[in-house]
Amino acid sequence: MDQSELRRLESRCVQEEAPRCTASCPLHVDVKGFCALMAQRRFDKAWSVLAKTLPLPGVLVRLCDGPCKGACVRKDAGGAVEIDALERACAALAKSVRPPKPLPSRHKSVAVVGGTLTGLCAAWEMARRGFDVTLYCEQAGSCLSAVPESTLPGGVLANEMEALRAMGADMKENVSLTPELLDSLLEEKDAVFIDSDDLPEDVRSFGQPDEITLGTERAGLFASRTGEPSAVFQAATGRRAANSIERFTQGVSMVSGRELEGPYETRLFTSLDKVEPLPPTPSDGVYAEVEARDEAKRCLQCECMECVKTCEYLRHYKYYPKVYARQIYNNESIVMGTRQANTMINSCMLCGLCETVCPEDFSMGDVCLEARRSMVERGKMPPSAHDFALRDMAFANGERCALARHAPGTDASEYVFFPGCQLTASDPDGVETAYGDLRERLGNVGLMLHCCGAPADWSGRVGLFEEAMAELKSVWESLGSPKIIAACPTCIKTLRVGLPDAEIVSHWSVLRALGVPVQATDGGGTLAISDPCAARHDRVLREDVRALLEQANVSLVEPELTGEYTECCGFGGLLSEANPELGRKVAERRAGAREEDFVTYCAMCRDMIARTGKRALHLYDLLYPKGDSPAARPSPGYSARRENRVRLRETLLRGLWQEDAGPNGDPFEAIEVAFSDQAAANMEDRRILKSDVQKVLLHVGRGGQRFVHGETGHFLSAFRPVVVTYWVEFEERDGGYYVHNTWSHRMHIKGERS
Amino acid sequence: MSVIQVPEADAGQWRCATCDEELALRPVELEYLDSLFNVALPACPKCGMVLIPENLALGKMNQVEHLLEDK
Ligand code: SF4
Ligand code: SF4
Ligand code: SF4
Ligand SMILES: [Zn+2]
Repeated sequence: MDQSELRRLESRCVQEEAPRCTASCPLHVDVKGFCALMAQRRFDKAWSVLAKTLPLPGVLVRLCDGPCKGACVRKDAGGAVEIDALERACAALAKSVRPPKPLPSRHKSVAVVGGTLTGLCAAWEMARRGFDVTLYCEQAGSCLSAVPESTLPGGVLANEMEALRAMGADMKENVSLTPELLDSLLEEKDAVFIDSDDLPEDVRSFGQPDEITLGTERAGLFASRTGEPSAVFQAATGRRAANSIERFTQGVSMVSGRELEGPYETRLFTSLDKVEPLPPTPSDGVYAEVEARDEAKRCLQCECMECVKTCEYLRHYKYYPKVYARQIYNNESIVMGTRQANTMINSCMLCGLCETVCPEDFSMGDVCLEARRSMVERGKMPPSAHDFALRDMAFANGERCALARHAPGTDASEYVFFPGCQLTASDPDGVETAYGDLRERLGNVGLMLHCCGAPADWSGRVGLFEEAMAELKSVWESLGSPKIIAACPTCIKTLRVGLPDAEIVSHWSVLRALGVPVQATDGGGTLAISDPCAARHDRVLREDVRALLEQANVSLVEPELTGEYTECCGFGGLLSEANPELGRKVAERRAGAREEDFVTYCAMCRDMIARTGKRALHLYDLLYPKGDSPAARPSPGYSARRENRVRLRETLLRGLWQEDAGPNGDPFEAIEVAFSDQAAANMEDRRILKSDVQKVLLHVGRGGQRFVHGETGHFLSAFRPVVVTYWVEFEERDGGYYVHNTWSHRMHIKGERS
Repeated sequence: MSVIQVPEADAGQWRCATCDEELALRPVELEYLDSLFNVALPACPKCGMVLIPENLALGKMNQVEHLLEDK
């Protein structure tokens, strides 16, 4: 990712855009922060938020008619927050604060001519920024004398005038404003601002000021336009004048980048989806403490966070995509030192939910996948992140598991059944039955046992993925390029990309057309459907499955996040490999989305959900039932998954094709071994396979060294087949082994230092 | 290069079954991703077989592996 790509991404995420109140306030008060403090009754703090932004705050909050309210998002859920009333309440409730401390002097002198609110605010803004300000007027703020006491209590204006002086503004009152005065000020000062509402006709010889800069025909002379009735817009004009004069005295562009002065349209999106309508808090005049608090609580604290609300992964890392994009960019730019974002990059499920819910289609999945590819390319991908999954993929594509055949007794295939490596690992019997059903009802259906290559893709290994696809393609072509019937949504998605020439139909749409198989169980009561994230953009697939479930007399309920908005089970993008803890959290969240038992049509979704203890069915459990209570079927562990694939291939080869399954495997497979419950649980957690343990035990049997425990008499031995060292604590029992514990590490023991 | 002592490297009640020897802390060289470490670990004084106890493998050692991977 380069700088410009980062900028493009950052600007896409609108989370940091201003809320609508702030954007539409001519002075951009931080209304959200203000309301948050008011809701906690921290009135003094709330006042300092106002005083930070508003010139003459005591006066202004009492005169502002709240144009911000027209933009308040709460408007459509009971009514806009009474922001102006809250600000007045705050003025009454907060202790008075000292005037802001001006910035160090710029040694630039400016004159403000005219003392209505516009001139006073301009003087305030400039005094604050370190200009030497002199204000010339008849009488400062005299135009406010008509404002009733109930609106602007006596003394408030005087206080702010005092503050203005304390900030260093020199106030020259009782001055008659003449053309001569103007000429001499233009001589003397670095710039002059004229408050046109306080100016006799004969002085106004400079024409209409420019709308954006307030500049006039005379260099260094700025002026307001006349007739602005709204106090807050008058103040905004004062600020615009100050901005112009600042640019003018610095000699920078007078026009560029001024779009955000005054009210503007913000891009911030805030959903009202889960917001209960609530009308404004009633009051008789000015809010008292409790009412003010209640009214402030109606503020929605606008933000987007649509993606963070729906994705556990995005939530886990505590920020939002704009921040993540920067972290990923920084991670990539690091030459030396520690990369903090590796695990973050590898924890995205690449499921596409964020993009679907984002008002700006920000795809965190694309960003993370790109980052993974670049890490792999630069040799920066941590070897432990995806190693286990990639070895598993290699195993699934190895000679013990992979298979491609025409249906027994035929030498051509119109279709080929592609169940996918996870379904074969999770439910080999279901696959066998399904294949039988397809042959019986469709005729010439070949079989391909193979992995679709998704793990290579998810791990960012472009080369490996292409290799896997090339191999798949040649196997498929060797069968005469038949139509592919794929059962796994991820396979369907991956194959459609990787084998663009192939015609790919889902098993579910085939079954929908054929009708549910005869052996299907009738109904399953009410089940909650969980769409796999790979089906997010496949409406046809989702509909086929629902139609099938209806044919099977299942009554379905949907979780809140479903269909196009479904959430991943925690396996997608190899999350559960790169960050097992978060993977479990995600699975638990999904499992908790409905009370009812789940039904899904992805073997990994089924197993991830089942592993949390939630009852979950794969569609095969209904269509090709075996045994009782399939919803309680435990998720097979990693070792069993491998064995299931091997056994399925052997069974099919021997049973259907009357062929020998080939060599009987490695010698370590002959080792008889049993495991304590603790050992079995540790193996799952630590991604240690039965075959890894067998390799250690074979090594022991061949005279490998071992330790013995003084108390338990258990033995302990280690072996390093490739890059991981496995330790096994065991006993010898009945001619075999009983394993109590096992652990592993990647660090290599080079031996004792000589 | 100095030898790092790790408190997790306790031999517990393990002894070398092959040589029938008590284990003793010895300086051992470990390697991961082109980084070398010298650590004092329990090993058999006779055959030199090194013990990596479970808490060390899953604790300190795992942390160091991750640190090196994130580099
Ligand atoms: S009440 Fe006025 S000053 Fe306050 S936020 Fe709204 S527009 Fe801005
Ligand atoms: S896990 Fe899915 S929703 Fe979450 S960031 Fe990744 S692609 Fe987006
Ligand atoms: S949905 Fe997420 S990525 Fe999209 S704008 Fe909102 S916070 Fe940013
Ligand atoms: Zn020994």
